[in-house]
Amino acid sequence: MSSPAPKSPEQNEKTKKYDRQLRLWGDHGQKLLENSKICLINATALGTEIVKSLVLPGIGSFTIVDGDKISEEDIGSNFFLEKESLNSSRAQIATQCLLELNPDVRGDYIDESVEHVISNTQNFFKNFDVVIATALPEKTLIQLSKHLWDIDVPLIVCRSVGFIGYIRLQVKEHTVIEAHPDSESPDLRLSTPWPTLKQYLDSINIEQLDQKEKSHVPPLAILHYYLNKYRNEHNGQIPQKREDKEILKQMIRDSGHSEEGNNRFVLEENFEQAIHYANSCITPRSIPEHVKVILDDDCCINLKQHSSPFWIMCAALREHVQAEGELPLKGTLPDMAADTMSYVTLQNIYRKQAEHHIESVYRRVQQIVRSLGLPQDYIAEDEVKYFCKHSSEIHVIRGSCVANEYHKANPDLTFDLEDPDSLIFYYVILRGLERFISEYNAYPGQLDDQVEPDILKLKAIIGKLLNEWGCSNILRDERVHEVCRYGGAELHSVSAILGGCAAQEVIKVITHQYKPLNNTYIYDTITSTSATFCL
Amino acid sequence: MEEVKESHQRRWIHLRKILERPGPFSHPEFEPSSDVLDFILNTCKILIIGAGGLGCELLKDLAMMGFRHIDIIDMDTIDLSNLNRQFLFRHKDIGLSKAQVAANYINGRISGCQVVPHCCAIEEKKDDFYRQFHVIVCGLDSITARRWINGMVLSLLNYDENGVLNQSSIIPLVDGGTEGFKGNARVILPGMTACIDCTLDLYPPQVTYPLCTIANTPRLPEHCVEFVKVVQWPKENPFGVPLDGDDIQHTTWVYERSLERANQFNIQGVTFRLVQVCASEVFKLASSCCTPLNNFMVFNDIDGIYTYAYEAEKKDNCTACSNIPQSVDIEDPYKMKLKDLIDYLCENVKFQMKNPGLTTTIDGKNKTLYIPTIKMIEERTRPNLSKTLIDLDLKDGQEIVVADITTPTSVIIKLRYAINDVEII
Ligand SMILES: [Zn+2]
Repeated sequence: MSSPAPKSPEQNEKTKKYDRQLRLWGDHGQKLLENSKICLINATALGTEIVKSLVLPGIGSFTIVDGDKISEEDIGSNFFLEKESLNSSRAQIATQCLLELNPDVRGDYIDESVEHVISNTQNFFKNFDVVIATALPEKTLIQLSKHLWDIDVPLIVCRSVGFIGYIRLQVKEHTVIEAHPDSESPDLRLSTPWPTLKQYLDSINIEQLDQKEKSHVPPLAILHYYLNKYRNEHNGQIPQKREDKEILKQMIRDSGHSEEGNNRFVLEENFEQAIHYANSCITPRSIPEHVKVILDDDCCINLKQHSSPFWIMCAALREHVQAEGELPLKGTLPDMAADTMSYVTLQNIYRKQAEHHIESVYRRVQQIVRSLGLPQDYIAEDEVKYFCKHSSEIHVIRGSCVANEYHKANPDLTFDLEDPDSLIFYYVILRGLERFISEYNAYPGQLDDQVEPDILKLKAIIGKLLNEWGCSNILRDERVHEVCRYGGAELHSVSAILGGCAAQEVIKVITHQYKPLNNTYIYDTITSTSATFCL
Repeated sequence: MEEVKESHQRRWIHLRKILERPGPFSHPEFEPSSDVLDFILNTCKILIIGAGGLGCELLKDLAMMGFRHIDIIDMDTIDLSNLNRQFLFRHKDIGLSKAQVAANYINGRISGCQVVPHCCAIEEKKDDFYRQFHVIVCGLDSITARRWINGMVLSLLNYDENGVLNQSSIIPLVDGGTEGFKGNARVILPGMTACIDCTLDLYPPQVTYPLCTIANTPRLPEHCVEFVKVVQWPKENPFGVPLDGDDIQHTTWVYERSLERANQFNIQGVTFRLVQVCASEVFKLASSCCTPLNNFMVFNDIDGIYTYAYEAEKKDNCTACSNIPQSVDIEDPYKMKLKDLIDYLCENVKFQMKNPGLTTTIDGKNKTLYIPTIKMIEERTRPNLSKTLIDLDLKDGQEIVVADITTPTSVIIKLRYAINDVEII
């Protein structure tokens, strides 16, 4: 194990400042974040909360598009608009306040409506990594989502009404390399050891060790030794079923006891760990199903000149897997009870083999890059390194365009609507709310004396929508009533929750780490429940 | 010109719609009127524990939800590494009290807001201080402090002569925290619903971590530090000498390795979104505009966004909220030393104490067994640590009063010997 000389206690300021998040997405993720450009449409409370959660961790820059002037209601719900700025440009004041949060971030604004920008500025959205939209009218949303879909810029649409929140992520294709799964078993390859590993492990004869040596021998050597013994006794087979693994574990248990006076026996810790690994780590690591699907994807097989680095690396991985039969070795050894010398030796063996696999994949990547006529530095070796290390976690999302949800007979909600408690009903109501706004130019229930009549109007609109979608009208009336009660109110604490969640999804999209939402999220603050739907 | 009544100002129009109109999902006791906002603006007192990243977010969210009488307590000062998550602090504030700077910022920004800072440890405040609040909300990530506050709100409960809980003595506690890769938010109605100690088994033990935990499944940053100290240092021995906690080079090494490790296991992160859930819950509790979370919510956004709400159960024999002496089974009081008993209290999932002090009564007289916190008494009682329970005259059924920083009150444990007919020799 290498132990580089410690850095000076004075870490550089940036590392210290961003310390917590570096733990979450690493230097490479942070770099992507720092180079990113995002656009916010409408500086509502929700919109500025999202940007706040992106400015603090240090995105590169943001641009706010908003033609509205600041009202008193805005000041009541939006922390980033001060009371002195009543009637000023909402885009300008929000930009100024957000920039105060982090001097590393750049920001600018356009004091025009998004409709104006769409029809007057060609290619305006092309340079953004993500566009965030809040409080968009139906018509604008459809237009914007189509446009961003065509130019392949991710869009995240958010809405906060009373206690209800909605987030919709639109990405044409999104690829994830580091999914950071909750748990995974270590990649040890004991059933198929490569020559160096085999040679090393073969050199340790457990049964000839004395008591002291035995208590320090690495668990992998123990497992290897008894696995061989088991195989010799079982026609070279590896234990597959639980009963078979139990036989192997018993062999380890029998030899791993040491005497501790009064005829009391304890199992040495390293033997205990060997038994633990016998559960999860001796079955040959097959290529996970989700990785197979990706490697057989058309994008992987038929590369084009504009193929993304991800797909080129997948193609190289495919070749590697065809040649080797296994994914590249992760190369990290879990901590285990063993003496330092053997632990370090083993760790080096694993690391060397992983480097060897990275080289193999990188060589293939370079060949492909050359054959596609792309520049040699199109994909850096570091990228290949991360890719190999996480090759069992790779993930691809193919999204759908928001505008499609507005075509007749779409979306298909019949299944979700069968459960009367499903939060999908809030999606239906929010769609009704959008339609209501385009028809009446106000939120349902906006005026105190209009709540009751608006409930009827909104119910009629929703009935029509459900009818268009071919669904029977089974909506619970009280939910429509509840949304009319809100009268378009935006509650700061609800927007704060949604803003935090939406910002996290934006970070996932930018860093290609963690799996993002696919694709619609509804949050209900009343019951503190939420649900995801793929529309 | 006549001043518009505060609760009628346009800036509150969002809140007014929610609070002045009846809704189908409102709490049964909710009576919509302008009095509710008036209560939130002018009467309701909230205490925020912690003015770090989480506390500041809570403070902003609550102030934006109309709360104006907010107290915030934190003993720490601002450090450079705080700046990226604590958006109320600027570079010029480094070295100043977190609570003070946060309070000044919010009071200056939101008109009418009267945040009162307290720059001290929570233990320095007594019951009278805590009793004045309508809701207490935790914005910190320390299990010990959280348990202390939990013990405090429990100690404020009062019961009538029939043992019936006086409802007005209940101060709801709202808390958000991380548990492994997931986070949780919860609402505690002390004496009524599960308290922090009822669900202590959700949190990993504090003092000594089993090696398998710190090596393979670290769930807290502390695990990583512990791992580096216990495993990685001896293994790598970077300076060829034993670890010296006072040597800056050594501590830097441990810090950096712990960071790498925490990074590898991807600890931290979701807590931020949980305090925002907490702010909504405080609003629900204070306004009754809808039923609060009952009572536990799990949040995870590693793969999409996922939440799950359920009712954590109140434990009949909870060390904190059950008022029942806790039995401790002793296999062999002739062999068990006082030190072993203390280790047990620290390591057992149910107790998870940090540094307990033990006293008891023998033949009607008070006897101090061990008090670690006062130097003179510690020295005097230290020899007891290596004595067995029998040597100390402790009998089967003996009640021992245990004090610890995890609770402002004390826990009574009752020894239960497996060997009967113990004879005092
Ligand atoms: Zn309890």
